[in-house]
Amino acid sequence: MAVAVPPFETFYESHKTEVFRFLVSRIGRDRAEDAFQETFLRALRAYERLEHGEHLRAWALTIANRIVLDGHRRQRPQGDMPDLVTEDGRPAYEELAPLTDDLPPKERAAVVLRYGYDLGYDEIGAALGSTEAAARQAASAGVRRLRKEQQ
Amino acid sequence: MIDTPTFELDERFRAAAAAEGLLDVAYDVFDDTAMGPLLVGVTDRGLCRISFDPNPERELEQLARVYGPRVLRSSRPVDRVHRELDEYLEGRRRSFDVDLDLRGQPDFYVRVLAELARVGYGETTTYGTLAARTGNPRAARAVGTVMNRNPVPIVLPCHRVVGANGSLTGYGGGLHRKELLLRLEGAIL
Repeated sequence: MAVAVPPFETFYESHKTEVFRFLVSRIGRDRAEDAFQETFLRALRAYERLEHGEHLRAWALTIANRIVLDGHRRQRPQGDMPDLVTEDGRPAYEELAPLTDDLPPKERAAVVLRYGYDLGYDEIGAALGSTEAAARQAASAGVRRLRKEQQ
Repeated sequence: MIDTPTFELDERFRAAAAAEGLLDVAYDVFDDTAMGPLLVGVTDRGLCRISFDPNPERELEQLARVYGPRVLRSSRPVDRVHRELDEYLEGRRRSFDVDLDLRGQPDFYVRVLAELARVGYGETTTYGTLAARTGNPRAARAVGTVMNRNPVPIVLPCHRVVGANGSLTGYGGGLHRKELLLRLEGAIL
């Protein structure tokens, strides 16, 4: 049986800290505050339509990621990457993050969620509204593209 | 430094969620009332829940099942109920001026609760009397069950319903609370 959608309070409390850290690492503390509120308001607007309570962590991070991308489109960022948050224990991703900005959105989301947030491909697929295989493909296409750009 | 959303940011989101009308239920927990902690929930139609359960998790799940999953702690929408409860518990208010949202209650419950709402401050009645007023004098026991599951105790005054022999009988929130409320209203000494 599918996992029931939890009360929004439970969802919010479970993911707010990670979403906030994700946003700070992407766009800096100041802009993260507005993006944080927008992320959870957007989640709230879509919450009624959720059919089950699986992959909610991936879903929250995907929304946050989309908000960041929307913001980028409006105002091209100024390369002000914040200090690395080493307590997070995600240095690999912190180094990767600034490089992923120019990836196509789906590949970028797949790379970030896989390598930055350790999500399984099944979770990423669900969060992106596609399949596990498509998520795996998007992530590896993204990594290939990054390697090419590095050279 | 570990980044966490600040208290202000957290509260700002909770207020915005309610202001945008995105919540099925807004609730808050009042820790410091004479009745102990109270969880109070409201919908856009009115007050839907008062609970003595200090651990809200189970309450939230129940609210989500009846009213929808967008259940969030947000203090502004429950301000008015909070104020009226404070006034009542301090002896400065005798009736509540809030709309109720009793969606999800079976018809029989709604009829009994409507009769219950007419029992005034400082009065008591019996389960049998309430059953008779609802049109079914033999349903005293069923009325007792409705009282026990009253979604908005205090505001719908199930504490004013006692046994035919005058004993307090029972209370969903514990007998000590029933006694406290009846004493507050001067219905018992």
